[in-house]
Amino acid sequence: MPTVAPLDLDGHVIATHFLGDVPFFATAAGEIRRLDGGEKVTEAHNGLLTCIRDPFSVSLITGGEDGKVMRIAADGSATLVAEAPRKWVTVVAGGPQGAVAYAYGKGSTVVLADGTVKEFAEERTVEALAFAPKGLRIAAARYNGVSLHWVATTSAAVDLEWKGAHNGVTFSPDGKFVVTQMQENALHGWKLDGKPGEARHMRMTGYPVKVKSLSWSAKGKWLASSGAPAAIVWPFSGKDGPMGKAPLELGTRANIMATCVAFHPVEEVLAIGFIDGMILGVRIGDGKEALLRRPGKGAITAMSWSGNGKLIAFGSEAGDCGIIDISA
Amino acid sequence: MTDAISTQQKPIPVTVLTGYLGAGKTTLLNRILSENHGKKYAVIVNEFGEIGIDNDLIVESDEEIYEMNNGCVCCTVRGDLIRVVEGLMRRPGRFDGIIVETTGLADPVPVAQTFFMDEDVRAKTELDAVVALVDAKHLPLRLKDSREAEDQIAFADVVVVNKTDLVTPEELAVIEDIVRAINPTARIYKTTRSGVDLSRVLDQGAFNLERALENDPHFLEHGHEDHVCGPDCDHHDHDHDHHGHDHDHHHDHDHGHDHGHDHHHGHDHGHAVASAIHDVTVKSISLRGGEMNPDRFFPWIQKITQTDGPNILRLKGIIAFKGDEERYVVQGVHMIIEGDHQRAWKDGEKRESRLVFIGRDLDRAKIEQSFFACQATA
Repeated sequence: MPTVAPLDLDGHVIATHFLGDVPFFATAAGEIRRLDGGEKVTEAHNGLLTCIRDPFSVSLITGGEDGKVMRIAADGSATLVAEAPRKWVTVVAGGPQGAVAYAYGKGSTVVLADGTVKEFAEERTVEALAFAPKGLRIAAARYNGVSLHWVATTSAAVDLEWKGAHNGVTFSPDGKFVVTQMQENALHGWKLDGKPGEARHMRMTGYPVKVKSLSWSAKGKWLASSGAPAAIVWPFSGKDGPMGKAPLELGTRANIMATCVAFHPVEEVLAIGFIDGMILGVRIGDGKEALLRRPGKGAITAMSWSGNGKLIAFGSEAGDCGIIDISA
Repeated sequence: MTDAISTQQKPIPVTVLTGYLGAGKTTLLNRILSENHGKKYAVIVNEFGEIGIDNDLIVESDEEIYEMNNGCVCCTVRGDLIRVVEGLMRRPGRFDGIIVETTGLADPVPVAQTFFMDEDVRAKTELDAVVALVDAKHLPLRLKDSREAEDQIAFADVVVVNKTDLVTPEELAVIEDIVRAINPTARIYKTTRSGVDLSRVLDQGAFNLERALENDPHFLEHGHEDHVCGPDCDHHDHDHDHHGHDHDHHHDHDHGHDHGHDHHHGHDHGHAVASAIHDVTVKSISLRGGEMNPDRFFPWIQKITQTDGPNILRLKGIIAFKGDEERYVVQGVHMIIEGDHQRAWKDGEKRESRLVFIGRDLDRAKIEQSFFACQATA
């Protein structure tokens, strides 16, 4: 049976991440707690809006109501990356070679490791950013689509157009697909390596509520999503992604919405967090479910697996957090 | 389908503050932020501008209008508000309410619709009222050169006619008539230096079906001190497009008195009214009928908000259904319509149905006729 070590924090938990084997919990107030042989606190922001795990380094990147962009190292030390006084930095992304991107308003900024700053203007507000898995390329989600910029060159942006508001963006791990979360309870995808004239749009619809959480399986075979009373998992193993294929529905519960999804780092196992605080683990192959955590005080807002795939750090909007040990 | 767990908190009231540049929005905001009323407000502004108060709950936000991808042109929301309100609501307890200040040229509709159409925003907040500030001196000019000024008044629950010291009492009466012509249901307050009593602006519950119209016992009634009859009041039934001389009465007290002594007579200011009202493209249709048949009324109101939704800015009503012991209240914004039972009819209260549409290009004859066709047969 999995065991749960609870941790009660004050307020909404924005993110949980592992750096090495150490779990980090970031709250909306701006405190980042790490459980490293005791509880240690980094006061990262006066109001924290976003906290991501840098996929290219062992660190976290955060943005706050104080207009600051910070990098948080494994020892909890915080370094200021950039500052936009009086702006809310709601969007950050981590790129290769120490690059950090952030956005507020109509444009995004990339800060390279040597301090070089590149700015990319957009016609509409940047709602989300993601670096491509290879090459210094950034995707900015905005109204009516996504703009792709090569950071190091001055070449024109590639515009991926699709009508509507795009609030989130992610690249598939192989870099062949870009997928956005939309205001109208849908995902939209583009196939990047399509031949001219080939259909490259992927519409993924049917969600009863907005999709807040996405997670790719280890090799990018699957994309899991929240936004329904189950995790909706789209197959991306074919060359055309999920086009013409039905998604899996895992961990289905009657009218209890899934709010957060996180794939195991190696296995095809998905952790699904729900609006009532319950967490299920589901194996893709046979759909077998395991209860990992009973319902708690609030909706699950954050989940992350440790690198060895034995621990899950989770947090909720009510502050009840914890570590699930599935090896026990 | 949101679970009860996430909605256990009381929704945070949101006040939308509209008004043309120079109408006094910043002055009013500064009062709300600095006066000692025991409440804290988070304020979402387009620009920090002249708000001279250091408050970490003032958030700057670009107005981002997003059309929803559902084929409905009037289904617009403010994307930036969704983001900022979500952020604010992750740390509740810091404030008692949210105030959204719009730019002078802003269309208030996407702001209001955000609080109905976005499920997350709707789960945690509640639109309290739309307040429009009007510069008494410059309103006629504004109406000439912009549709937004008119929209802001038409859409408002509360209209604050500001800078009244810059006009004569006669001019002020004309301004009131214009405002009333555009919006017969709003409450109007006259003031200088944005000095309106804050209790008239905040915590109005104008979109709350339980409170809507309840705190306005004279909704569509005449003779109430706050109620300024406009040319469109149903008992007048004048067509204000005419250069009439007798449509601009200003009722200060109960109907049925000798009217003669109390009217601002047309010849005093009739031309001014006529010319300003010429620039008014918003019309309202006030309906008053008997008890309704729900089997006819609901399909009718659904249909009319679907077909005429783009032209309807606001609708509000109290409906009496035959055989129903409770008042039914409805309100709508474009195609969005909400309704609920409100409370039992009181003894002696006249069981009648009243409904007001505010909008453009509305077919009065069609709406009237179809409304009356929904009445229950005796």
